[in-house]
Amino acid sequence: MASVPRFWRGIGSRYNLEGTRCNECGEYFYPPRNFCVNCRRVGHIEPYKFKGTGEIISYTVIHTAAEGFEDQTPYILAIIQLDEGPRLTSQVIGNPEKIHIGMRVRSVFRKLGEDGEGGMIYYGTKFVPENE
Amino acid sequence: MRDVAIIGVKNTKFGELWGRSLRDIVVEAGAGALEDADVGGKEIDSLYVGNMSGGRFIDQEHIGALIADYSGLSKNLHVPATRVEAACASGGLALRQAIMAVASGYNDIVIAAGAEKMTDVGSEEASSALAAAADREWEGMTGATFPGLYAMIARLHMHRYGTTSEQLAEVAVKNHKNGSLNPIAQYKNRITVKDVLNSIMVADPLHIFDCSPITDGASAVVLAPADIAHKYTDTPIYIRATAQASDTIALHDRRDITTLDATVVAAKRAYSMAKLRPEDIDLVEVHDCFTIAEICAIEDLGFAEKGKGGIVTANGETAIGSRIPVNTSGGLKACGHPVGATGIKQAVEIVTQLRGEAGQRQVEGAEYGMTHNVGGSGATAVVHIFSRER
Ligand SMILES: [Zn+2]
Repeated sequence: MASVPRFWRGIGSRYNLEGTRCNECGEYFYPPRNFCVNCRRVGHIEPYKFKGTGEIISYTVIHTAAEGFEDQTPYILAIIQLDEGPRLTSQVIGNPEKIHIGMRVRSVFRKLGEDGEGGMIYYGTKFVPENE
Repeated sequence: MRDVAIIGVKNTKFGELWGRSLRDIVVEAGAGALEDADVGGKEIDSLYVGNMSGGRFIDQEHIGALIADYSGLSKNLHVPATRVEAACASGGLALRQAIMAVASGYNDIVIAAGAEKMTDVGSEEASSALAAAADREWEGMTGATFPGLYAMIARLHMHRYGTTSEQLAEVAVKNHKNGSLNPIAQYKNRITVKDVLNSIMVADPLHIFDCSPITDGASAVVLAPADIAHKYTDTPIYIRATAQASDTIALHDRRDITTLDATVVAAKRAYSMAKLRPEDIDLVEVHDCFTIAEICAIEDLGFAEKGKGGIVTANGETAIGSRIPVNTSGGLKACGHPVGATGIKQAVEIVTQLRGEAGQRQVEGAEYGMTHNVGGSGATAVVHIFSRER
């Protein structure tokens, strides 16, 4: 699923929803960007830790898993808009029957996936319904 | 800039070609296109090859050189060969590079080929290679699959516009019907809406029959300056526009998840370059990697109002003989989707149609045709417009 350095490089963001914000135009970025897409070279990027709440823009229930996620099917994958504005792709833990567009969610720390038999286990952010 | 024409075309059979290698199929396509154009090796100025992932699918990079070598263009002729990669839009971009080479005056006779050999690896490995067209770190590493990304497009399209699973299925039904009329198609069986809805769920709401297959295949076209095209063929087909646009690599960063802005912008640029409107186009090959992708494509290219793509399809307006025939080749769904070849195959289909040589699937009186090739979930789009008359 990913090399160890590649995963660890993004660990702050994956564990704690650390992203960035441009002080020049005010836009928030998650996943983090170190180059503002609006202001480009005159942007001023600073770290920002997201509150972790937002709503579901769209979702799917995945039955044929991505490599490294085979033991998790069926799992819910969603595009979530954080309250600060940016959107991200994440799994949602919950009842596939009850999930819906517009549903409020909050972030939690969970196992993401693993690299083959006895391989690395990856942790990171998933989302659950906000009232759970 | 010079006007450019296509003077030769060829597709290999598309399908699971267990007995054949990448180099075998590209040589067949390339030699076939040259024979069609009656062009000799010494006349060729350059070669562009669309190939998404030789590294993952056959553990081979340096595809341009490999293809030139086995096409007999290297050892004696030393023809420059360039591989072009933009995921599933690699073929369309190879065509665009070739057009620009001729239009600019740098080259006269240029081959644009596309090829992918996907069945040398298992389907899991193939899916993982395809997932590399999305954002690996921020989509793939969360468990996203390609069907999953398009399923999220479909889910929001349904929620917002009332599009139904039955309407999505109609795309597959039509494309299988068209594929049944295309000798090179991977699938020639006709299917029903019920077959699609009863097939296994891959990523809700997309069933396996909503998805294009894993395919081996190669396609090639030969380009020449329009001024000399009649030296080679009685039926040159002219390039009226080539346009390309980019969007965010990740689906979640798009302005609107149900619109491929790269398609909208590429189409706008193409219509403007060709001085044509959607109503002028007689047929179009769109990038139906999933059924929802065809629905979005016909909307984003201007053939249906936003949100009406499903209704337009279910009404039969995109069938052969109807208002705007879409994917007469069978599309990616039924003709097959050897990713690097697809953009070139679309051009081969349009040329065949505009020449009037499409047999049972012929669109009568076709003057203008369009191709639409997409990379990933919409980060790259390339649109071409072709005409029968200069
Ligand atoms: Zn900024």
